[in-house]
Amino acid sequence: MEVPILKQGPLLITTIQNALTDSDLLKLKDNLVELAGRHRSRGVIIDVAALEVMDSFMSMMLRNITQVLKLRGADTIVIGIQPDVAFAMVQLGLNLEGLEAALDLEEAIAILDGRFKEARSNVR
Amino acid sequence: MSDSRQVNIASEVDVILARQEGRALAVVAGFTGSDLTIIATAISEIARNIVEYAQKGTMVFEIVSNGTKKGIRVVAVDHGPGIPNIARAMQDGYSTSRGLGLGLPGSKRLMDEFEIESEVGSGTTVRMVKWTR
Repeated sequence: MEVPILKQGPLLITTIQNALTDSDLLKLKDNLVELAGRHRSRGVIIDVAALEVMDSFMSMMLRNITQVLKLRGADTIVIGIQPDVAFAMVQLGLNLEGLEAALDLEEAIAILDGRFKEARSNVR
Repeated sequence: MSDSRQVNIASEVDVILARQEGRALAVVAGFTGSDLTIIATAISEIARNIVEYAQKGTMVFEIVSNGTKKGIRVVAVDHGPGIPNIARAMQDGYSTSRGLGLGLPGSKRLMDEFEIESEVGSGTTVRMVKWTR
């Protein structure tokens, strides 16, 4: 199943609507990296609000995506992790280092906008 | 409605199917909220281990009772290569594949009861139970 990716100025926004298989996730990773390069994106927002489970593979993939995009000059923010899912992730013992999360789209955009402004003012 | 369900695990799609079936039976058993997510997450980890190491196996979900409480029992059986060193496989961060090495120790933390039996060359059986609160 192909996960749609939207371009919004310097951002890419993608919403995971259903539980994804491992190969769907790998494909999403490739597509995000390709599109972020093509559009010179500075930020990527991944919405996981529809997911009822975030197991270790899913979390590892999100971390990998974040790290690869970082090396391509884009910051990744995961949004919409459900409270029950967050609880289970912590109990599972996931190492969440390097994974940035925000409550919702509005907050993620505000965080990234702030960073872009800061980066511009540092250049001057 | 039946009190037990079986899912054959042979591909990554079955990992998703297994956690959906297990979650649905957990609802019947009376679980709510975060417990449902916890059960589905543990099932996902164990089902993924089957696909990763044994390629195929089965998972049986069953509603159990200890007199006062209901629970869900998950039994995962495969006839894969088995685990040479269970103590090491139960350590956080130990993995012989591409994973994070959290599947077994993480599932043990998520569930109330957790047992694993494994014999090299003949396969692995994981039994785990979660009780309603």
